[in-house]
Amino acid sequence: MAPREVYLDNSATTKVDPRVTAAMQPYFSEKYGNPNSLHKFGREARAAIDKARGQVASLIGAKPTDIIFTGAGSEADNLAIKGAAWALKEKGKGNHIITSAIEHHAILDTVKWLGKTGFEYTILPVDDKGMVSPAELEAAIRPDTILVSIMFANNEVGTIQPIKELGEICRRHGVMFHVDGVQAAGHINIDVSELPVDMMTMAAHKMYGPKGLGALYVRRGIKLIPTLHGGGQEYGLRSGTENVPGIVGFGMAAEIAKERLANGDDKKLAQLRDYFIDGLLARIPESRLTGAEGSDRLPFHTSFTIKYIEGEGMLLLLDAAGIAASSGSACTSGSLEPSYVLLAMGLDHPTAHGSVRLTMSHDTTKEDIDYVLEKFPPIVEKLRAMSPFYNKK
Amino acid sequence: MYSQKVVDYFMNPRNAGRLDDANAIGEVGNPKCGDVMKIYLKINPETEVIDDIRFETFGCAAAIATSSMVTELAKGRTLENALKITNKEVAEELGGLPPAKLHCSLLAQEGIEAAIADYYMRKDGKLPEGLKFPGNCVACGGGCGEEEEEETFVSEDHRVAE
Repeated sequence: MAPREVYLDNSATTKVDPRVTAAMQPYFSEKYGNPNSLHKFGREARAAIDKARGQVASLIGAKPTDIIFTGAGSEADNLAIKGAAWALKEKGKGNHIITSAIEHHAILDTVKWLGKTGFEYTILPVDDKGMVSPAELEAAIRPDTILVSIMFANNEVGTIQPIKELGEICRRHGVMFHVDGVQAAGHINIDVSELPVDMMTMAAHKMYGPKGLGALYVRRGIKLIPTLHGGGQEYGLRSGTENVPGIVGFGMAAEIAKERLANGDDKKLAQLRDYFIDGLLARIPESRLTGAEGSDRLPFHTSFTIKYIEGEGMLLLLDAAGIAASSGSACTSGSLEPSYVLLAMGLDHPTAHGSVRLTMSHDTTKEDIDYVLEKFPPIVEKLRAMSPFYNKK
Repeated sequence: MYSQKVVDYFMNPRNAGRLDDANAIGEVGNPKCGDVMKIYLKINPETEVIDDIRFETFGCAAAIATSSMVTELAKGRTLENALKITNKEVAEELGGLPPAKLHCSLLAQEGIEAAIADYYMRKDGKLPEGLKFPGNCVACGGGCGEEEEEETFVSEDHRVAE
């Protein structure tokens, strides 16, 4: 019998759903037209994109024309932040941007880069659960604030932000509000027709779709300056011949995600998540959950700190047991600094070095989790036995 | 990313754990950087040969593998010969280390030096000429420094400029 393989790195990327692969297949060698062409080949490609745009829009309660396909979630983040900042500054609205300390690098580095080109920015702190405070956001807004960008849910600790409250504050102050929804979209119910959100980023490969496909929801009436110039595809906001098979795949992934949410699959996954969290905390002494709990946490997401040991060793030993996980330790980042997200939440360095993230998918079973709960504690024991910090008897 | 040998020395560590009858202990590294190595020596006072050696390491797989390797290299050597172990030797014996992990081999060399320095301090109250206590954070070049890190994004990229 082959050894068990348990993939628990779904925050990094997900398996492409076979229904998605099947939907994409004809658009490589059969229906290969350029959607900008007038002939039949072009028209069938255009129709496929239109359908996919509708599917992605429907997942989040948007209008199809509000969806811009891009080449990655990071690209959509760049388009949102730079595009809005440039456009608003050009109109003389101001030059101040607000974001949080735990954003993805696609946001943080973009904002900091804008800071070197004449913009000012404020980076909001988070509490020990990784939560942004609405009161602190409101206090940070200045007369020249043009844009706020806060992630829907964090990739490292799974904390879901109070997006509605944060958005309402932005509305009240007439500030544009972007949300990086890469980790959240398709995994929790999001309805932009009811949320005070102006732009939202999504990525197909985080929801069982293909890699290399992002999307930006842009509420009607919002003007952005494009980051890519050329043929004027995607309503002039993202030039370049469309990735037709990828877009079709994104559409199918969004449709499946919507069905799953309607079925309550997210709630089932959250139950398995809590079973996992409770089991792990009970079996491994001096382990802690990082991030929020219950409905404030992504349903597929678990993350822990395991005291006295370092993350990379855990990952390699878990890998040897067929379990794929990730860590925010320095060793896995190629630098000496552990995860900036965990540090922003107030964790000390040694504890942050001992972080481990295990993120499930809809394919994860209770048997998988029981297997991890059986294999993980002896791995921790083995590493602790070698640690100078662990008080052995 | 790691050689077979590094993986072996991490998965099956040699001489891991505490040595209760050690007569010299060296500790190097910094928990902030994610690497702390503690070397225990049992030195024969007559012959000054390392009769037994153990390590305890907090750190990545490479740090545990270099700890493993250096204890194997040092065991049975005289102190004089143990001080000849270089970080390069540790890395080479492991079949090489990724560039980002080379500091772990320096940590191993320094761990031995620190333990031997501790032996002389206990015995003579001073260090023999030429021997120093390796400073903490020498291994990682102080890269974890207390001061704010320089922002690393490529903002000055001329390709982006107009």
